[in-house]
Amino acid sequence: MIARLWFQTDPAVEVAGADQNFYLYLLVAAVVVGVAVINRRIAAARHRDPATWYWLGVIFPVVSLILLLALPALAVDEGHLRRISRRQMVGIAFGLIGIVLVFVLAPNLITETRSFAFEKPVAGAQLQVGFNPSVLVLVIGIVYWIVAGLSFLPDRHDRVSMVAQIIAAMLAVPLIVGIGLALSANSVNTNVMNLFDESLVLATPIALGAMTGLWSERVGIINIGIEGMMLAGAGVGFTTYAVLGQSRSVGWLWFSILIAVLSGAALAMLLAFISIRYNVNQIVGGVVINILAIGLTGFLRSQVIVTSGYSKGVATAEIAIPGLSKIPIVGETFFTGRPIHFLMYVVVFLTWLVMFRTAWGLRVRSAGENPHAAETLGIDVVKLRYQSVLVGGLIAGLAGAWFSMESQSGFEDNMTNAAGFIALAAMIFGKWTPWGAFGGAMLFGFARALGTRLQFLDVEIGGFGIPSEFFQAVPFIVTLVVVAGALGRAIPPAAEGQPYTPAK
Amino acid sequence: MGALIVYLAFWVVAAYLIGWLVGRAAKGRGHDADRWFWLGFFLGPIALIALLAAKPGSGAPGADLEVTDTSYPDFDPAVTPILEVRGITKTFPGVIANENVDLVLNKGEIHCLLGENGAGKSTLVNVIFGLYHPDAGSIYLRGRQLEFKGVRHAISQGIGMVHQHFQLIPVLTVAENVILGNELTTGPLVDIGEARRRIREIGEKYGLEVDPDAKVGDLSVGEQQRVELVKALFRRAEILILDEPTAVLTPGEVDEFFAVVRSLVDQGKSIIFITHKLREVLAVADHITVLRGGKVAGSADPATATQQTLANLMVGRDVVFRVEKGEARPGRAVLSVHDMCVEDERGVQTVSDLSFEVRAGEIFGIAGVQGNGQRELVEAVTGMRRKVAGSVEILGEDATRFKPRQITELGTAHIPEDRTKHGLVGPYTVADNLVINRYHKAPYSRRGVRNQAAIHDEAAVLVEEYDIRTPSVDVPVHTLSGGNQQKVIVARELSGDIGVLIVSQPTRGLDVGSIEFIHQQIIGIRDRGAGVLLVSAELDEILSLSDRIGVLYRGKLVGIFDAASTTREQLGYLMATGSTPDTEEVAS
Amino acid sequence: MTERERGTGGRLGRALGGLRRSLVEGFKLQPVLVPLYAILLSFVVGGILIAIVGANPFKAYYWLVQGMLGGWERVASSIARSVPYIGSALALAFAFRAGLFNIGAEGQLLVGGIVAAWAGTWSWMLEVPGVVAIPVILIAGAAGGALWGFIPGLLRATTGAHEVISTIMLNWIGLFMVRWLVNSRDPIILRDAAASVPRTRPITPTGILPEIYDSQPTLHWGLFVMLAVCVLVAYVLKRTNFGFETITVGLNPHAAHYAGMSVNKIIILSMTLSGAFAGLAAAGEVSGMGATQPYQPGHFITMGFDGIAIALLARGNPIGIIPASLLWGALLVGAPLMQQQAGVSIDIVRIIQSMVLLFVAADAIVRFIFRVRSDEGGAFQMSEEVTL
Repeated sequence: MIARLWFQTDPAVEVAGADQNFYLYLLVAAVVVGVAVINRRIAAARHRDPATWYWLGVIFPVVSLILLLALPALAVDEGHLRRISRRQMVGIAFGLIGIVLVFVLAPNLITETRSFAFEKPVAGAQLQVGFNPSVLVLVIGIVYWIVAGLSFLPDRHDRVSMVAQIIAAMLAVPLIVGIGLALSANSVNTNVMNLFDESLVLATPIALGAMTGLWSERVGIINIGIEGMMLAGAGVGFTTYAVLGQSRSVGWLWFSILIAVLSGAALAMLLAFISIRYNVNQIVGGVVINILAIGLTGFLRSQVIVTSGYSKGVATAEIAIPGLSKIPIVGETFFTGRPIHFLMYVVVFLTWLVMFRTAWGLRVRSAGENPHAAETLGIDVVKLRYQSVLVGGLIAGLAGAWFSMESQSGFEDNMTNAAGFIALAAMIFGKWTPWGAFGGAMLFGFARALGTRLQFLDVEIGGFGIPSEFFQAVPFIVTLVVVAGALGRAIPPAAEGQPYTPAK
Repeated sequence: MGALIVYLAFWVVAAYLIGWLVGRAAKGRGHDADRWFWLGFFLGPIALIALLAAKPGSGAPGADLEVTDTSYPDFDPAVTPILEVRGITKTFPGVIANENVDLVLNKGEIHCLLGENGAGKSTLVNVIFGLYHPDAGSIYLRGRQLEFKGVRHAISQGIGMVHQHFQLIPVLTVAENVILGNELTTGPLVDIGEARRRIREIGEKYGLEVDPDAKVGDLSVGEQQRVELVKALFRRAEILILDEPTAVLTPGEVDEFFAVVRSLVDQGKSIIFITHKLREVLAVADHITVLRGGKVAGSADPATATQQTLANLMVGRDVVFRVEKGEARPGRAVLSVHDMCVEDERGVQTVSDLSFEVRAGEIFGIAGVQGNGQRELVEAVTGMRRKVAGSVEILGEDATRFKPRQITELGTAHIPEDRTKHGLVGPYTVADNLVINRYHKAPYSRRGVRNQAAIHDEAAVLVEEYDIRTPSVDVPVHTLSGGNQQKVIVARELSGDIGVLIVSQPTRGLDVGSIEFIHQQIIGIRDRGAGVLLVSAELDEILSLSDRIGVLYRGKLVGIFDAASTTREQLGYLMATGSTPDTEEVAS
Repeated sequence: MTERERGTGGRLGRALGGLRRSLVEGFKLQPVLVPLYAILLSFVVGGILIAIVGANPFKAYYWLVQGMLGGWERVASSIARSVPYIGSALALAFAFRAGLFNIGAEGQLLVGGIVAAWAGTWSWMLEVPGVVAIPVILIAGAAGGALWGFIPGLLRATTGAHEVISTIMLNWIGLFMVRWLVNSRDPIILRDAAASVPRTRPITPTGILPEIYDSQPTLHWGLFVMLAVCVLVAYVLKRTNFGFETITVGLNPHAAHYAGMSVNKIIILSMTLSGAFAGLAAAGEVSGMGATQPYQPGHFITMGFDGIAIALLARGNPIGIIPASLLWGALLVGAPLMQQQAGVSIDIVRIIQSMVLLFVAADAIVRFIFRVRSDEGGAFQMSEEVTL
């Protein structure tokens, strides 16, 4: 009954009613907020037990907001229960986070000024922005409420609520860093640009690996051997450098990077060969690649690199992109770096361009979705599968070179350290699209960078330090949730994993 | 517009990269980096474009699509048929799909290829389209022998095909599906704008309007078919092969489709139209060839042919099986279905508001063209598929929500449509397959432990009783012949106390001996007092076995008849059209 | 196949063919021909690699075998090393039988191990005798592994999330969780505060599995536990209704559904049991090596992926897993001696192992090289139902 009162479900006025509902939400939300905040202030002013009043102020809004947000689900539509859409679910989640932020976190955070720095401390003064963590959390919390309300806009305003949710998701970055800084035991200032820089750098191999996965899965070959291909690139590439590059010239370094790229491709060809020619289960093929790469690179390290006596070399040099690197604030961070990092952007862009804007890319996608349809149009699916997996292998090799010749110079056993699997996760997170996968890689890179940063800041919540392992596990947890279909179904290419035999 | 921006962006990035590389090189040699950067920025792309343009064959949109009649100056449609098939033979392991088939298609005519399911129609057109390589025979196109060089060659020669199962990629847009394999490009990029324009042009010309930017997966079946036609026309097809194009369409869509086909012919296209629906043949054909059992059974002139003569040619009177069976003595209803609705995997309701009863001691046959909801009907009744609405009562119990095992334990047997997918576990032994529906019961298992001896004994008895030809009960069942595999299923399902038997396509692909054996078994179980629901696409089988016959058309029973008082013509007409013919036609 | 078709070689070829035939038939080798040839081929490939780096492959292999079997202590070490592999391979083999690809043995081992190690430090455990303490530890480990197998099984059955992706993710989630539990100093969760390296506190002395041979690593009664589990699994698969249902679901889920089996139930149960086998193996390690070596996550790294290779080598047969694991463990034990004596890196063993996996999986290669007919010694086939 309440549902019927609140939400006019008479079909004739439904569209108009939905708009009214939205304003109703905002109104109720505003009242709820007002009550809770005023409650607490009054209690403090009158020297009553603030804790009791505080919890009243929490419980009351929480219950009302849950009711508020859950009501549309109860609204009965033509005899059927109206289901909450995924968008609305996400909105509700933001609303609940907002409640926690406003009523639990904001009142408990310190109100001293903290600050974000935005420039690398090269010379002179840094650009710094001071803020009050409590206010920051409060503001973001309220923004989350608004986003929650926007999520219940009628369907034709889909875009508005989508943009609102993306903004809300991005606000998580200042939120987390701000809270981290507020809780930090040993610092009042953190360099945000450095954090972004670290995220981007750490995301380099993940994004490249995700592109590898994309090229092979989009054409229909499951690739869990990304890790192995990267490791082979790292190991074989650096071995080449240790053996040939003894003159330590930059030319030899780039030659070694080329070899790294080719060795990634070699393992990709092995995967393609056994899974296309011999119909070996593609997952087994990937496992073979991974174990083989561990053995091969370990063998090379102990037999060749160690005996050559050059276990350390020079890494690729920092370069500044002319013009762009001189832009204030962002230039130094985003346009100064190492070459493979910049190549990563090119690879992502080209992957998107070639896969989605060229004839060959169209064929690749069709071969992964419905190889028999492609066949009826005279497309050679087998050849296409070899080519596409090969392209992926080249990219994986480059990612490997990043490990042993860019982020550091030298090869250690198993140095890719699960980046290949995170790349796989990023690709699934990005729902098999290049930009989505790139976003996933950024997210996972950020999680890692943030983990180290929070460690560095010595953040504690109630005497418990946040374990760095938590941030390392985030990509995998997120992916598990995505695979389970909780954040919108991630649909892989339809023909993935299926052996293909041409008609005769 | 989007493509243009992307294209420009590509060049800007490329220019930037070249400039940067040049600038770096210059700096290394002590020159002014900035000057060289800009030099590279502007001159580099020009050089690159020159390089790309110099590569032959690139950049020309649809270079391999230029197929028009003018390219064949020595082809005179008045004298030479546009397509002539001579003596095509194609065998697959164990099956002769086509044997010495001839076919003549004249320019600007609709040639109907008529035949029952499995008569070899699809195989023949796949050979013409270059998907299959024939074992013998040749094809002449515009008087010249066509080489069997695969699909691309056939397409380039102006042959287009709309496949029975659409060969579309649901996640791609209409435009992408259409151009796939013959992409229009500007530079390295696909020119989707030009593709859109061409698709709209074709749409206007032939009455095949379709939104080029829609995702194919979101389109209705009728629209998808239009996309398939546009695909062929985009490749400038002169000969269009339409493989069972109306099987998936609603009656209204069929009429629209015929209008399109006629307009295609008016524009000079030649069409091979495959179907098994007699009404359609008479409505559109200029020429008819009937295939039966992989051979040409005869040809007919639509002006003089009637549905009866075509049906006779298509089915062949002499293959009707006469089954000895006595009078049915029907008892109480053992299976009753009320207003049942069922959806298929895609969520399309394929069985709607179906109600019928099967009584003890009778065979209730369900006739119908394949794909009219038979599979979903059987799976819903046997508990393998959820019902959206309605109820099912088996042997007096409400079995609407029962799982397959519960339904089996009520005393129901089920001979499934697909032997290898549902009925058998191929690598399992004959013995295991013979008890797979009752392995968990005594004496085959005790306290969860299997009793191999009991299973073995039972299997030996069944093999003997049902005359299953197998070297032993311990060989994998997939090593048996199709007929013996089916006997394994029949033996398993019919042994025991059966109140209801549900049979789907029991004799598909079997030899004559096995068919007779299985028919006798089905009649035997009826005479022992069980109610039998028989679903079959073989009208002969329905006619010779059933006591009552229901006709399933688009998920509905459009008529229920006593087998004694109905004719195959009447049923066939109902199967194909869903409505009763005029009385005069039936009377003849 | 006639002699003529067999092709080359004349008298010598015929003689060798005859020898091969009498060997194969005399020892009933048909079912294991492909794995045997795959191992042979892998050693050839490894030998070529050794030769390329300038060492003598025969010398290297001599020392490898010495390291594996030279003396009772070596033999005991080889066996001891192979014990946990039995469990991790079993975790794969069992799920294989249900048509599932459980890549998650790695995570299941880690989680099972940590739960077992935790159970071993419960205070009341100090006061109970071994007959109680040991089973408690083993069951706790199995339960931990089972949980880590249950999650992907449930996700597969309810949401259709492909078990390969979810188990890979759970492997890493498990690893980081376990690392945190063991590494964390502030607060101390399961870490042994007295130890300099991150590891758990030693388990109760009564919870330690008895030693069979004082080798490195210790050969303990965990061997018999794992052997018993292998036999039990073989029995369950071959003789019980549950095993029959599991294999049916793996071979043909449609037919299983038709025959009235609950496909989802089997998927969840088989993944859970798979996890339990891995967890049990880890618990055996924790309990068996308790005296000298408390739980460290690093001990279990790559054991799960090795399990895939072993399970494939054994063609999914629980009894076949025993010799396959023995080979695996022995290779790892023998490799250091080879490195020491012949100067060939121990990583050559990894390469040989991956080649074994490759050749067993791509059995067409082996069949082509050794002319094995397709009806003998086929590689283990899993269901073709690979859909994400």
